Amino acid sequence: MELEKFTYDNKHAKMFIYASIVFGVIGMLVGLIAALELIFPNLSAEIAYLSFGRIRPLHTNAVIFAFVGNGIFAAVYYSMPRLLKTPMFSNLLGNIHFWGWQIIILAAAITLPLGLTQSKEYAELIWPIDLAVVVVWVVFGINLIGTILKRRTKHIYVAIWFYIATWVTVAVLYITNNIVIPVSFLESYPIYAGIQDALVQWWYGHNAVAFFLTTPYLGLMYYFIPKAANRPVYSYKLSIIHFWALIFLYIWAGPHHLLYSALPDWAQALGVVFSVILIAPSWGGMINGLLTLRGAWDKVREDPVLKMFVVGVTAYGMSTFEGPMLSLKSVNALSHFTDWTIAHVHIGTLGWNGMLTFGMIYWLIPRLFNTKLASLKLANSHFWIATLGMLFFSIPLYFAGFTQALMWKQFTEEGYLAYPNFLETVTQILPMYYLRAFGGTLYFIGMLLFVVNIIKTVKSGSFVRYEEDGAPAQPKVHKAKEGWHRRLEGKPIQFTVLALVAILIGGLVEIVPMYMVKTNVPTISSIKPYTPLELEGRDIYMREGCYLCHSQMIRPFRSETARYGEYTKAGETVYDHPFLFGSKRTGPDLARQGVKSLPNYKPDSWHYNHMVNPQSLNAESIMPPYPWLAEDDLDISDIAKKIEVMMTLGVPYPEGYAAQAEADLKAQAATIAQGLRDGGIQVENDKEIIALIAYLQRLGTDLYSESGK
Amino acid sequence: MKIVMHSLEQISGVAIYPIIALVIFFVFFMLVGYMVVSAPKEYIDEMSHMPLDENDDLPTDNHN
Repeated sequence: MELEKFTYDNKHAKMFIYASIVFGVIGMLVGLIAALELIFPNLSAEIAYLSFGRIRPLHTNAVIFAFVGNGIFAAVYYSMPRLLKTPMFSNLLGNIHFWGWQIIILAAAITLPLGLTQSKEYAELIWPIDLAVVVVWVVFGINLIGTILKRRTKHIYVAIWFYIATWVTVAVLYITNNIVIPVSFLESYPIYAGIQDALVQWWYGHNAVAFFLTTPYLGLMYYFIPKAANRPVYSYKLSIIHFWALIFLYIWAGPHHLLYSALPDWAQALGVVFSVILIAPSWGGMINGLLTLRGAWDKVREDPVLKMFVVGVTAYGMSTFEGPMLSLKSVNALSHFTDWTIAHVHIGTLGWNGMLTFGMIYWLIPRLFNTKLASLKLANSHFWIATLGMLFFSIPLYFAGFTQALMWKQFTEEGYLAYPNFLETVTQILPMYYLRAFGGTLYFIGMLLFVVNIIKTVKSGSFVRYEEDGAPAQPKVHKAKEGWHRRLEGKPIQFTVLALVAILIGGLVEIVPMYMVKTNVPTISSIKPYTPLELEGRDIYMREGCYLCHSQMIRPFRSETARYGEYTKAGETVYDHPFLFGSKRTGPDLARQGVKSLPNYKPDSWHYNHMVNPQSLNAESIMPPYPWLAEDDLDISDIAKKIEVMMTLGVPYPEGYAAQAEADLKAQAATIAQGLRDGGIQVENDKEIIALIAYLQRLGTDLYSESGK
Repeated sequence: MKIVMHSLEQISGVAIYPIIALVIFFVFFMLVGYMVVSAPKEYIDEMSHMPLDENDDLPTDNHN
């Protein structure tokens, strides 16, 4: 048959690799700084832009969307043309995709330290950047589907199915979770509130793990492990089954992030069941990856690429076993809000995403530059340092998690909390934080070795921009009658639609009843909207990332109600746009911080002094200082607009209240500031800290005002 | 439409949705399973060799 000649353009694969490396270094360095700030709370030198609450989102966004994101695109732009025997659909779209994505990352790197955030984990970016993400994602999608449509092969290899599922699902998740009403160019409030917002966010958050960190990397695995081992995938049949099972089941598992929360029980149960079933397809992928190396284990001893793939896929297996275990309610009761979660996540990211990225780049760069890897020895050192770094990072945090959870739950024989002072449970696990920072340092050193090796390799070769290939012009025609699945996978659009249907079923079943069933969120008559000053304080709470270390979700356990007060009800959160449950307790829960009758209550003056200098009140505290809150004036220029947006969202302020909001705000601020001045603290009415104190003192009080506790 | 909306507003009926979804998943899973089991060997071989079917004339030996 006549062979058609065509060329592959390696330019975009190379550019995405470089971007992945550069942002990998930055993202990991920021993570290391964040880890050190948890040990040395004054490390940020009182510079707002460097405080933990602002750089933690920078770390997560940089490693997820910049390091891993660019890694995904490198894999896609390299493997797609070769699997489909055609160049990518459009060079121009490739350019727009590449530069658009990097500009978005740059915008994130500027806005997050400035405290501009939507305060939803992994969805922190403000709405104008979200719009840019959607545009670039669509550009990527056109390039992806376009390439598939003009292919010269009849069938589409499984790696590309994973790319398709990634594209379609991330599009649905991202848009759904980021529907907001703007207050200004930089600020917005989500249309969902409280428990419903939490469900949407964790439906998104969990599936960001599933469809950004997992499915595209499974695609990467299915292409690069066979390439590196030079043998076909262990079982192609298994890959078909585990693909469909994985994308169908993953979408359901989000509620396991909200176990024992105010989420209705039926939704929690759904999340648990599907999380447990998820072991099967996840391990299907792991087994397929590892067994592809059958008969090639002698190569694994020598080849750093295969070593990294083996550790990466093994970490995937461990992580996807641990995940379902963590979603069992009895285990989650212990693990949730502790460092256990952080350990779990980093087995996945440092192991699965990190190692697979390194392996792929070590394999690709010598090929793109027609040379050999500069130093096998250095790559092997990187492998060992990274593996040890991952273990030194995670194992101490497991112990930190168990220890702290058990201390939180410990009662004395007399029936009192054994460790009523939260800080005791923090100082107990601080040595583990040192070890974690050590592990992170090791991993980062490995990253630097990687960079050196790649630079040397690039310098030793010359870039092969175009590669020639040939294939028959028309897709091969199968004479035998084809099964429906084979016909389906020959039709990318229908395939994409079916993948979309598969993920929508789970999403809709979970989310629609939450909105439709009125009894899911029982209303509580004493719950009132925030005052304008409290609303401003809440915005500061979000800006400073307080929710990253303080939860606002008291679970229905005796150990929690004894420490924090009455457990959180769904109906208490109905005016919370967005919800601020948090997912980690580095400090105590704040859901009932304002209730005077509870043991954790603190007066205004305590909050003031604590915010300015936490260590002056608790020498061992690891909370960073926020002196700028006492120095900076509160910006109230948007308050009327904020109230209007809240009213649009259904928060029942009286008609025309927006006009009155500023006066009310000033009156409340004057009262609080006067109280502080009476106590000997020199502070003006219009400082940011006044609003934050107002918010903290409001937390949880409505429920108590009704029952008269 | 009214019937759908009405049944959605009652918590008592909520269990039907996950059950329907599970049934859809199960049926689909069985179909995929059947398709996979009955797929001809040549097709599976051809597919699994796809990443390897290339004119990869660049060096594959990384030894120093």
